[in-house]
Amino acid sequence: MTDSGWLGRADGDTTVLTLTSDWTSIDATAETAGVMKLLDRPGLRAITFDTTGLTRWDSSLLVFISGLCRAASQRAIGVDASGLPPATRGLLALLPAAPPAAAGKPPSGTMLERIGDWAIAQTGVWGAIAELIGEQVLRTAAWLRGRAKIRAVDVLTFMRAAGISALPMVALVNLMVGGILAFVGVVQLRRFGASVYVADLVGVGVVREMAPLMTAIVMSGRTGSAYAAELATMQGSDQTDALRAFGIPVYDYLILPRVSALTAMMPALYLYASAIGIGGGFAVAVIMLKLSPDAFIAELRGAVTGTQILFGLTKSLIFGAWIGMTGCRIGLKSGRSSNDVGDASTRAAVTGIAGVIVLDAVFAACANAWGV
Amino acid sequence: MQGAAKPPKLEVRNLSVGYGEVAVQKGISFDVKSGSIFAIMGTSGCGKSTLLRALMGLLRPSEGTIIFAGEDYWAAPDARRAELGRRFGVLFQGSALWTSLTAAQNVALPLQMFTTRRPASVDALVEIKLSLVGLDTGRDSLPAALSGGMQKRVGLARALSLDPEILFLDEPSGGLDPISARRFDTLIRQLRDGFGVTVVMVSHELPSLFAICDDGIFLDAESHTAIAHGAPAALRDTCSAPIVHAFMNGEGDGTRPASPVGVAHATG
Repeated sequence: MTDSGWLGRADGDTTVLTLTSDWTSIDATAETAGVMKLLDRPGLRAITFDTTGLTRWDSSLLVFISGLCRAASQRAIGVDASGLPPATRGLLALLPAAPPAAAGKPPSGTMLERIGDWAIAQTGVWGAIAELIGEQVLRTAAWLRGRAKIRAVDVLTFMRAAGISALPMVALVNLMVGGILAFVGVVQLRRFGASVYVADLVGVGVVREMAPLMTAIVMSGRTGSAYAAELATMQGSDQTDALRAFGIPVYDYLILPRVSALTAMMPALYLYASAIGIGGGFAVAVIMLKLSPDAFIAELRGAVTGTQILFGLTKSLIFGAWIGMTGCRIGLKSGRSSNDVGDASTRAAVTGIAGVIVLDAVFAACANAWGV
Repeated sequence: MQGAAKPPKLEVRNLSVGYGEVAVQKGISFDVKSGSIFAIMGTSGCGKSTLLRALMGLLRPSEGTIIFAGEDYWAAPDARRAELGRRFGVLFQGSALWTSLTAAQNVALPLQMFTTRRPASVDALVEIKLSLVGLDTGRDSLPAALSGGMQKRVGLARALSLDPEILFLDEPSGGLDPISARRFDTLIRQLRDGFGVTVVMVSHELPSLFAICDDGIFLDAESHTAIAHGAPAALRDTCSAPIVHAFMNGEGDGTRPASPVGVAHATG
């Protein structure tokens, strides 16, 4: 007899299992393990139940009885359930005779196969990126020719979200970066008595590199991941299927307005970020490092040329298009569960930032080759 | 869970529910007998699901009391209400499965959170619950990979995971084909018979109401209160209120004749 209440009594080739007291919230698997010993009695042909002393029961009793039935079946021992409460018998009748087979894990393959699978998957990724760029170019061209219909209100809404709403964060990051450049520059340049050239460092560094890059990183984390999460949620709630069912082009309705808005806002954000970044450098140089404001401005004018601003503008355009396209694409290709939304958002931010840095390196190499 | 004495499992007195200042239903009073299947009926938008949300502890009523197993649910402190809530099982209209968990994990989570069972014991209970609701395949699948009917079954297994005393079902057979819906009805009755659990269900599926419900109330969208009380089959045969009669006999909305379009479709 156990605490939870079962007692086996041999009666010829039958064992009578007496169930007593409260069978709620007990660990029935442990009880089943205990009762297995009864089944090993030589000559045992059948098990019957006496439940006159059973007061309360719940699913635990079902786990116990069904485990016992399975084990008895494997040993060709009969189970007579007529002594169980009718309600218990009713529920046991709902259970299958054998537990469903657990799904086996698919074979993982050899190392060579896995490398091959990875390589094939990579070609798929690059194919998707090429398709993405091609589709964006084609649909934008179609839109400009009046052959693709997008809602102006959508574009304006997304421009607001990717523009004015992003100003505080873009300002904060670029102000700090401009200031840091000034600090680092002065410490080094002062050793050569060339402190005034900190204006060149801040101006060129911000306009050419830091403003487009830092703005893109902020926008990737902010807007690219938001696009991915939004589209992944739409995917999960069948909204994209609803668009397809109506024959509304998903690319034109969902992606084009977002990518266009972000691409259009990025140059504006870049100019804003450049001004703030230079302002941060100016403030640090003048207020904290005691440089002459006139000298800083004169030096800055000589250093920052129109070509460099154009270079920064071009980069910001490309970065904006990249962040928008990858965010949207990752969102649309996501799964349908809530954690797929989180995955899509994370992947969009990471892919956006990594891609922007790689693109920036390509720009740097090209600029070096062309002497810009 | 089997017992001879059967006081009401749920006593609702002068209940008003709504959102903000808007009262969706008011002055609702009824008893749900222990071990019965109780239906909350009414036309679309009359507040059936809102009332159910108040009963299951998701929406505080603006007025009135809900006595569950002898305790005033909404007057209880938060911790006590949470304890009482663990004696509820809930099946939501859209199943509301946790999409990042497999079917089996959905059923296991309440057991892992609220009991001290060993993993093997949890697994055994999950297997029993899924077997009881007839889910033989797809136990390790995510909900997105399951059909609507299978999701309902998983939702029901999850509702049963803590061996509740009362089951709240919101449109349990909604969205299912007639054959699957009748099987689901039978399953609910079998589970009620087996576990002795009390069931409160919102439904406007007439076959379900007639097949399994012992008692119920009919909520009216215009007067914002219950206008009939009784078993669905009895309401169908004896209730004189036009809207109830029309609803129970599937005759339009009870206030105006069926539209010409509807007639045209009906006559071919």
